Amino acid sequence: MASITLSAVKKTYQGQVTAIHGLDLSIADGELVVLVGPSGCGKSTLLRMIAGLETITSGEVRIGDTMVNRLEPAERDIAMVFQNYALYPHMSVRQNLEYGLKNRRTPRPEIDRRVTEAARILEIEPFLDRKPRQLSGGQRQRVAMGRAIVRQPKAFLFDEPLSNLDAKLRGQMRVEIRRLQRTLGTTSVYVTHDQLEAMTMADKLVVMNGGRIEQVGRPLEVYSRPASLFVAGFMGSPGMNLIPAPALAGIAGGLPDSVGPACGTIGIRPEDVALTAPDRPHLRLDAVLDAVELVGSESLVYAHVAGLDSEVVLRTPGIHAGEPGQTLGLHIAHADLHCFDAESGRRLAS
Amino acid sequence: METKRTVFPNKLLPYLFVAPQLVITLVFFIWPATQAVKSSFERTDPFGFSTQFVGITHYIRLFQDPLYLNSVGRTVVFAVAVTAISMGLALLFAAAVSRLVRSSQFYTTLLVWPYAVAPVVAGILWWFLFNSSTGILPYMLRYFGVVWNANLNGTHAMILVIIAAAWKQISYNFLFFLAGMQSVPHSLTEAAAIDGAGPLKRFWTIVFPLLSPTTFFLFIVNINYVMFDTFGIIAATTNGGPNQATNILVYKVYSDGFIGLNIGSSSAQSVVLMLFVIALTFIQFRYVERRVNY
Repeated sequence: MASITLSAVKKTYQGQVTAIHGLDLSIADGELVVLVGPSGCGKSTLLRMIAGLETITSGEVRIGDTMVNRLEPAERDIAMVFQNYALYPHMSVRQNLEYGLKNRRTPRPEIDRRVTEAARILEIEPFLDRKPRQLSGGQRQRVAMGRAIVRQPKAFLFDEPLSNLDAKLRGQMRVEIRRLQRTLGTTSVYVTHDQLEAMTMADKLVVMNGGRIEQVGRPLEVYSRPASLFVAGFMGSPGMNLIPAPALAGIAGGLPDSVGPACGTIGIRPEDVALTAPDRPHLRLDAVLDAVELVGSESLVYAHVAGLDSEVVLRTPGIHAGEPGQTLGLHIAHADLHCFDAESGRRLAS
Repeated sequence: METKRTVFPNKLLPYLFVAPQLVITLVFFIWPATQAVKSSFERTDPFGFSTQFVGITHYIRLFQDPLYLNSVGRTVVFAVAVTAISMGLALLFAAAVSRLVRSSQFYTTLLVWPYAVAPVVAGILWWFLFNSSTGILPYMLRYFGVVWNANLNGTHAMILVIIAAAWKQISYNFLFFLAGMQSVPHSLTEAAAIDGAGPLKRFWTIVFPLLSPTTFFLFIVNINYVMFDTFGIIAATTNGGPNQATNILVYKVYSDGFIGLNIGSSSAQSVVLMLFVIALTFIQFRYVERRVNY
């Protein structure tokens, strides 16, 4: 168990392409931190730098009190779960679990004890003598977890471990990994591009884009107060409606005073758009319905507002029985408007 | 495997299409092979007037002939040495090249070149290098107190042909090993690195076991190579000598038949070799084609 600290960590390939631009992050002991972002944002590179699979161009990575920049992956005492599981295909499940312990010259009784324990926790005892190719995707995933657990490392690193599973299994494993991590209390860094995974699993969420950290915070905090336009659009499915403030002011007949002159873009969560007027101060927009997506428990309504370039998406519970072409009144409470700076795209305090 | 079937409207046409290949196979492979089998049971008088059926006499004599049994022994030494050296070095080179990032293409090209050299030329090349009067290697060996003479010393001759034969085959083995190593997923070696295995341990416990289908395939191919394709090397360098020291089976077939003019015995020897190939091919199809499972 240990904390992980990154300070001014930078990664440059062949002196030209910069994948990570001097990044600071501290991960407390026992915390599960999720790195989330679109593909190519550097989240996997960052994880691999912590693991020691990529060199660190500059800056410092510390695990516990040790600076690990120059240490081999094996010396960092971490365990990693790979996207494709990376199980050794020629070894049985038991041998897969034992491999890391044998390499570290753990005494035989201790190896047996830990393997039995991990197999019990992960419910893979019946498969211990099978080869990985005889297992289903979910079982392989468990073995990959087991290989990390038996080592009892300072930290777990997860590199999109659930992306090869089907949706149902992914949901189960998500809960299970979370529960396991809580029980063991091992510091974990979890990389995913799936924001549902990110929201549900994280103690602390790190949203990355273009090799930089956009926002760090508790999941709900990130969701309810996105720090930048990027985070606003990326987190949530669908993401926030982002509307140029001047255009919105023109249509709605003025914006509340809380929206300052610096505000370039207004963000509105789909679920904050109501079809009936709330009893709080609000904006009202007249819109024409374009399409409805029925999800079952809720409906996503796509509508356009005269004078706005982009469509507005709103989320409403139950089934919305609207027809395309129908006019709608959209109501947005003043308190639910998110303001972003015209220049930097950063959130303006409100 | 499902393959696409072509249907010919004309009944004769498909036979015409395969005819050239069939004719070549029949004339140059099947017919000589049956002739060899036939003549291995016959004895012809020196002038070729009469031919007499002698049953398995040639085979019985063969396995009682100390010269033939000596040749079998030489062949085993030769085959084991060439296979071990060429596969071992190829594995080493492949492991080295697969660690390179930018220059790997360059080294791969260079390492493949020897394969383009014909066995006879390879033999002559090494014969020059090891020539006791003009070669550079014997000159250097003299400083270590070794008087090198492949014309007189059987062991020296054997070493010479082993090096020449192995040198040529390294390229081939190297290519297969390299391709095999590149197909081992990167994440496996990374996982092993995190699991605390150093580079050597990773190689022996992860990469090498996963290469086993390649290794087995190459083993069969190399044995085949050593048993047959090395004829040119022997013919160009030692002619089986000195004193039978490098007279391996495939060369003995030739020297007994075409120099000793004992066609019957030579045929029997080639039939024995043929059975050996058939056995190897069988093993290859049986196990390699189905892949060695890990």
